[in-house]
Amino acid sequence: MNEYYVALIPGLPLASFVLLGIFGRKYLKEFSGTIGTLALLVSCVLSLLVAKSYFFDAEKINGAYQSIVLMNHTWLSFTPNISIQIGAMIDPISVMMLVVVTFVSLMVHIFSLEYMKGEERFATYYAFLGLFTFSMLGLVLSSNIFQIYMFWELVGVSSFLLIGYYYEKPSAVAASKKAFIVTRFADLGFLIGILILSFHAETLDFKLLIAKLTNLQSPEYLSITTGSFLGVSALTWGLCLIFMGGAGKSAMFPLHIWLPDAMEGPTPVSALIHAATMVVAGVFLVARLFPIFSNTEAALHLVGYVGIISSMFAAIIACTQTDIKRVLAFSTMSQIGYMMFSLSMAKYGGENGLGYLASMFHLFTHAFFKSLMFLGAGVIIHFVHNNDMSAMGGLRKYLPVTNITFLIGCLAISGIPPFAGFFSKEEILTACFHENKTMYWLALITSGVTAFYMFRLYFSIFWNKEAHVHGDHHHEAGWAMKLPLILLAICSIGAGLVPFGQFVSSDGLVLPTHVDLGFSALPVTLAVIGIAIAWMLYKNENSKSSAVAASLGGLYTAIYKKFYIDELYIFVTKKILFNLVGRPAAWIDTNIINGTVNLTASVTASISETIKGIQSGRLQQYLLYFFGGVATLALIFIYLIK
Amino acid sequence: MSQTPLIQILFLSVGLFFIGMYGLFTRRNVITILMSIELILNSVNINFIAFNKYVYPHQLEGLFFTIFIITIAAAEAAVTIAIIINLFRSHHSVDIEDANELKW
Repeated sequence: MNEYYVALIPGLPLASFVLLGIFGRKYLKEFSGTIGTLALLVSCVLSLLVAKSYFFDAEKINGAYQSIVLMNHTWLSFTPNISIQIGAMIDPISVMMLVVVTFVSLMVHIFSLEYMKGEERFATYYAFLGLFTFSMLGLVLSSNIFQIYMFWELVGVSSFLLIGYYYEKPSAVAASKKAFIVTRFADLGFLIGILILSFHAETLDFKLLIAKLTNLQSPEYLSITTGSFLGVSALTWGLCLIFMGGAGKSAMFPLHIWLPDAMEGPTPVSALIHAATMVVAGVFLVARLFPIFSNTEAALHLVGYVGIISSMFAAIIACTQTDIKRVLAFSTMSQIGYMMFSLSMAKYGGENGLGYLASMFHLFTHAFFKSLMFLGAGVIIHFVHNNDMSAMGGLRKYLPVTNITFLIGCLAISGIPPFAGFFSKEEILTACFHENKTMYWLALITSGVTAFYMFRLYFSIFWNKEAHVHGDHHHEAGWAMKLPLILLAICSIGAGLVPFGQFVSSDGLVLPTHVDLGFSALPVTLAVIGIAIAWMLYKNENSKSSAVAASLGGLYTAIYKKFYIDELYIFVTKKILFNLVGRPAAWIDTNIINGTVNLTASVTASISETIKGIQSGRLQQYLLYFFGGVATLALIFIYLIK
Repeated sequence: MSQTPLIQILFLSVGLFFIGMYGLFTRRNVITILMSIELILNSVNINFIAFNKYVYPHQLEGLFFTIFIITIAAAEAAVTIAIIINLFRSHHSVDIEDANELKW
């Protein structure tokens, strides 16, 4: 494997960002889309080559894939013991992420060629996409925990920039600010977690960190487990705080509030960042440190509970939302919850590592079908010029390609065989079934609810009432928008057939995956029931759905309002934090700090006011001073200095 | 012909100096002030010449200095009169009290 290939994969999007960011608006406006897309195309091909050479040609030791660190440089060296390295770590999950990120990003680049055409800041948009892709690829390749933190912040920045792309809209500005502040708050936990782990392990490097903290006899392990705070060991604290960062980025309950608002960004951006790639960074982070997590029961339980709660919570909310992008956002949150609790169902190595495999598998398939649905939503919004479900209906006649591909996406996420989501969800459920029965039943119910709300969305958009299409654009989008939909639909069908256990598992060994028909019957039946309910309520225009909503009364309103979590945050920040912390601090600032500065200024001013009369502008007065001075000096020289 | 004593010449010089000083501080007319300055300079010249003549009769430094001061005074008068003309053009007055803008 040539290490220059690996360097080029994030390097090309970076080059595209720099080029378009500096020259794009003035000189390259027409070509910026082509430049960005070509750079990504090469990156994507290189990722596939790297994946091929890693999985099929590279040497395995005892049948296990090795993690290889390429281009390891010392970047900052503080003391001989403390230094920060920059490198590229190649192991099964990072190679898998390389392929997913470059492929989805390429699809989004192609899709945006048409979707964003005619935008004033077209070149800037492509520059930001390049920045995001670079940061995300850097994140997955990071060889140490500090490097991942830097790229982690970079993806946060590019997400901020892209959510706020339509900066004339106040709601987009508010959403980008919210996303940035919430994730940044979570990253504070991440940073403290990094400091705790690296303080005890005395290294930042992932391989060394894992080696030291999983060896139960090593002095580092003993130091980190004996040190404790509030009765919880330092290791557990460190991992929980790192997971806090992951939960913020992955929109896990209760740090999820930014994700629905992030849908203010352009739709292809939602497909790339807020569905397929950036939001799974939290899952990736836990997977990256999985050997340490798997030794720490409490931290792993936290991951599991947060995952299942987010998953159910988001699925329930998704049933009531009417903005199609928000439904997709909540379904993303729900699916990421799946990945999280699936990770917590795993142990390191062997058969027990099934949850880890399932989580990564679901991440892989989810990226395809979720970005497919988001891009489909992009076509629909482009056509209808509205985000709201009530403005849609009967679009299947006008958008045949979108109809079919969106249906494939919905079937995939609902877990209907033989679509991709079926296989990955199956592995997750199997892992839960062996590990924890309660989790299994909760996951099963969530999967039925998922099928319901996805088909509620599908029927409301494409069936339900007759379409009222005005104007002259009775045609579907062009090929630049259809091609990514078709390619992603093919992936959504085919990705499940990849023998994933051959490539990714917790310990690098092959773990065969199998589908048990008897076991699959129950989840598939539940999904079909969910679809059938959606069919009854939403296929034709009728009052049944509103009747159901009315019968639920206050509960429905609470769900529709997302369980008032946003209001709770607003209450805590505005009423409590602002009043008890913000206002006293502001008082000190205006009165004490500003007062000191103003006092200095006014003392100076009043002194000058009193003595300014000396400078009268009268020549003869000056002469008097002059002669007075000369006379005084003369007296001094004559009588005092002899 | 008996020589005038040095002390009388110094009285003359001191008299001229203080007349000039008085004019410098009390006159309001710029031209009068200029004339007062000339008086002061001339009193200094007289001092130089007198001391040269009475104390070091074989040297000429005092004389040189006097000629030097006269030259400077001529140049100074030319510059001052140019300034006064400009002052008159801008203020329509040669009263020193009217030119007091340059202050706090």
